Amino acid sequence: MLQVEAVNKSFGDFKAVDGANLAVEKGELVAVIGPNGAGKTTLFNLITGQLWPDSGKIIFRGEDISSLPPYEICKKGIARSFQIVNIFPRLTVFGNVQVAVLSQQRKSSLLFPPAQNLATEETRDILESVGLSHKATNIAGSLSHGDQKILEMAIALGNEPELLILDEPTAGMSPEETTATLELIKRLAGEWGLTILFCEHDMDVVFAVAQSIMVMHQGRTLIQGNLEEVRENREVQKAYFGGE
Amino acid sequence: MFRGTIDLKSLWPTGAIFIVLLILPPILPRFYTYIIAVIFVTSLLAMSLNLVLGHGMIFQFHHGVFYGVGAYTVALILTKTSLPMWIGFIAGPIAAAMAGLLIGWFCVRLTRLYFGMLQISLGSLIWAIVFRWYSFTGGDDGIHGIPMPPPLSSLNNAYYFILIILIICLVVLYLILKSPFGSTLEAIRDNPQRCEAVGVNVRRHQLMAIVIATFFAGIAGVLFVVLEGSVFPDLLFWVLSLEVCIMCLLGGWFTFAGPMVGASIMVALRTFVGIYTEYWTLVLGVILILLIFFLPEGVMGYFLEKVKPQAEEGAERRSELDVAS
Repeated sequence: MLQVEAVNKSFGDFKAVDGANLAVEKGELVAVIGPNGAGKTTLFNLITGQLWPDSGKIIFRGEDISSLPPYEICKKGIARSFQIVNIFPRLTVFGNVQVAVLSQQRKSSLLFPPAQNLATEETRDILESVGLSHKATNIAGSLSHGDQKILEMAIALGNEPELLILDEPTAGMSPEETTATLELIKRLAGEWGLTILFCEHDMDVVFAVAQSIMVMHQGRTLIQGNLEEVRENREVQKAYFGGE
Repeated sequence: MFRGTIDLKSLWPTGAIFIVLLILPPILPRFYTYIIAVIFVTSLLAMSLNLVLGHGMIFQFHHGVFYGVGAYTVALILTKTSLPMWIGFIAGPIAAAMAGLLIGWFCVRLTRLYFGMLQISLGSLIWAIVFRWYSFTGGDDGIHGIPMPPPLSSLNNAYYFILIILIICLVVLYLILKSPFGSTLEAIRDNPQRCEAVGVNVRRHQLMAIVIATFFAGIAGVLFVVLEGSVFPDLLFWVLSLEVCIMCLLGGWFTFAGPMVGASIMVALRTFVGIYTEYWTLVLGVILILLIFFLPEGVMGYFLEKVKPQAEEGAERRSELDVAS
């Protein structure tokens, strides 16, 4: 479904992503792991168009998307959440998700019908399935950090993606919230038939959820494989587990 | 179709104000009728700016240009051609919107302050052309004695005409703000990066907002000509644009009606303090300083907060954000 081939991205002299490779098959739950600064977030920004690669290819369903702007990539069926909470703080929780649903339904530019009567059912369904229904009328900026991270995911679901990319979905969460969020991710993958690509630096999270793991180190891909292959790989042990 | 868009509770005071405004002209002295009509025109101008400024956080610093383009277009058509006057009335807003499209097309490539600076430069260019082109625009003399047909030539009739157009424009602006277009615009204001990530073409959306805002500024320009019967280059000068920005901030730029409150205060100050001293801007300066310290959300924002306690949490968050950005 998604192939990342030998992608590079430098900021000045610093090679943030240096020959990364990644393959995501339909229906899979794929994790990207690596220590802080390994280039995970940069890689995701390259896939979703926030950044454009210096070289290499990003192919989604047979089409090179490496030089498309973010809104085009979103329309191709890739939605994402952000590591640092990135919501619409002055809108309500409902409004946050509705913006995405309206965009998905190509209704963002309608001038006269009242927005409050549009896309309401879809928005409610999403809030229901992530468990934010009871906070629908709250101002998003006033939610707790954990709820804001969940709202992040809910906004991404508003685009009815085929591939959902989650950038450290449990960052900054308490252990209880983390467990609940992992359950939610697994449930979404099942119920919505989503393909999910996410990154984490917490190993427990990754091994609890992922079917395929790609390990990044200093911008390079060390290996991509199933849990066993990754655990047994020497380079990975040296680069990642060695420090622990 | 529009069920639920309009809050019935807010309809009562609005209706009361409307009825008072309807019965005022026969009772009031001519001068006051004129001042209220000036407030109407200025209010529409401020409302049009606030569509992009307050609801879109697009720093349209030189909005007066489009007001001037609308006014000059109708003035030129009425004085230099024999076209029927309704063509002039329609051409004004269209010319303003086209100018908005042209300038906006360059400006949306930049963000925030850079947008504002490029806008001031390009707008000043249009001002300079109008100011210098004596044979066509009358240069710094402007155009005076623009003929109005009998139904609009008396002050009271002009007052009613302006009031009706203002009401229509306000209803349309309100619907636009409550539409998917408006809510997406406010989402872009809050977080353009996230909007792109959910599939919104941010620049195109902003450009569309600018075209709509400049169209309404053009209508305000036409109404100015109906009221004054003359145009002059000051309409396109940056000082006026700055005043309109201040009206939005003064009245409350995150509220719907705030800019009208701001426009009323500014016009009243200019008129009544202006009688005693030519340094009325000194009073304005003091008011602005007080505003920044005591009413950061503007006059209207302050009152709405008093009325709706549940909005407080959002407002707190808002001022935090303003400090952060």
